[in-house]
Amino acid sequence: MGEAEQDRIETQEYLVNMGPQHPSTHGVLRLLLKLEGEIVHHVDPHIGYIHSGIEKMCESLTYPQIPYLTDRMDYLSAHMNEEAVCLCIENALGVEVPDRVKYIRTIFSELQRLASHQLWWCVMGMDLGALTTFFYGLRDREKILDIFEETCGARLTLHYSIPGGLMFDIHPNFRNRVHEFLNYFREKLPEYDQLLTGNVIFQERTRGIGIFPREAVINYGVTGPSGRASGFSCDVRKHHPYSAYPFVSFQEALDDRCDTLARYKVRIREMWESMSIIEQLIDNIPEGDYQVKLKGVVKLPEGEYFQRVESARGDFGVFIISDGKKSPYRLKFRSPGFSNLSALHAMSKGWKIADLVAIMSSLDLVIPDIDR
Amino acid sequence: MRAIWKYLSDVLKGIWTLIQGMRVTGHYFFRPWLIVTQQYPENRRKLVMFERFRGEVTMPHNENNEHKCTGCGICEISCPNGSIEIITATVLLPDGKKKRIIDKHIYHLGMCSLCNLCVKNCPSDAIVMAQTFEHAVWDRTQLTKVLNRPGSKIMEGIKE
Repeated sequence: MGEAEQDRIETQEYLVNMGPQHPSTHGVLRLLLKLEGEIVHHVDPHIGYIHSGIEKMCESLTYPQIPYLTDRMDYLSAHMNEEAVCLCIENALGVEVPDRVKYIRTIFSELQRLASHQLWWCVMGMDLGALTTFFYGLRDREKILDIFEETCGARLTLHYSIPGGLMFDIHPNFRNRVHEFLNYFREKLPEYDQLLTGNVIFQERTRGIGIFPREAVINYGVTGPSGRASGFSCDVRKHHPYSAYPFVSFQEALDDRCDTLARYKVRIREMWESMSIIEQLIDNIPEGDYQVKLKGVVKLPEGEYFQRVESARGDFGVFIISDGKKSPYRLKFRSPGFSNLSALHAMSKGWKIADLVAIMSSLDLVIPDIDR
Repeated sequence: MRAIWKYLSDVLKGIWTLIQGMRVTGHYFFRPWLIVTQQYPENRRKLVMFERFRGEVTMPHNENNEHKCTGCGICEISCPNGSIEIITATVLLPDGKKKRIIDKHIYHLGMCSLCNLCVKNCPSDAIVMAQTFEHAVWDRTQLTKVLNRPGSKIMEGIKE
């Protein structure tokens, strides 16, 4: 190619579809990328490929039937979603659940958070080219799913919390199994650091990538570990304690380095904190009923009710408008994944397409949670 | 000189971190008994589910072909997906009174999300969750089941 010919070649922006069936989009998320060479100029997320209309379906269900549907939104933090709906209905009815229920719900939430972060860790490694992590993470997650299966009969879509308490009492083996798991996982969690955190390729691909300052995090409403990695103290468990969180002491995992590695490290630290929370509660589960008997037909008094909980991905909210009938007039979920996804274009602007994959997996998106 | 030194130290550091990770994988490579893999179709005989596992809804019958279902329809109302249909029949008792009994308890497994609400709300504990988990069939009409067996009666002493 002569020099004159080279001058005539112009570079231009071009559009590339990433997804909706791309392995690193973790579901059916379609990203429309505007690229110049390998550099991402703009990311346009197109959502709705797995829209299931859960909010609309809730309007035709009775209140005790709603929690089973919320399992199907953010399936990796199913118990936290159920808990949010149950707490909202209980607050509206003015029902105080026994301490036993609160303790068990909190233990389940933390186990669910551990399971969710384990899966996130598997997938983060896999996105960055380390398939080994996938097997190691799933090996440990299996232990938690067995605990769930023994107590409530399901592994993923638990449906364990119901308005007024719990579906079953805990299984007699539950305490032993949780102790066994904690002893096991305390030995295995350092393996995660050894395998992935210290790895030079992983460090090079995450350190300083996708920096998102604290102001931007607040503006975009990014919550959960992704928000806390930018120094935004947004832990609902700390600021608006619910269930048994007022009874436990734990550290909010905060980081101020704002990059992908910080988001990774916050989640690893959260796993340690979750284990310490479970340890504080597991031996002190008070005796008592596991359920408050509600009326046959649950009718919420007319009004608007809101409840937020900390799910594994961030601030999860339920807003119910009741007109005094047996099903809600309108129900709205504030899902953390949706707000976190909205920040993706600002986070990944100017980075390479390979960095976009790393940034996206550090946000820990679950697509049915976004589309609901 | 400094650049060369930095390059060499980076290379050595990189190799060191790779060895760190390979220590974990090597540990398991030489200890295959620590690896937990289930040989699924082969271990089918030994595979036992937990007793609370929610596989499908069933109606237990005793040895006289009697069940506990009164046909009240609470399971039908509490099901969020409409996967249960209750068809009742009216029979004439010997003393001249009319009584409503269950004719068919139809259960669509294909529509069921195994949420356990029907089992929990049943006033006479007539239906329970079975621990089966291999539900694949050749035709989806086979997923529609009638839970009460033909010719079955209600057990003595079950309140309406």
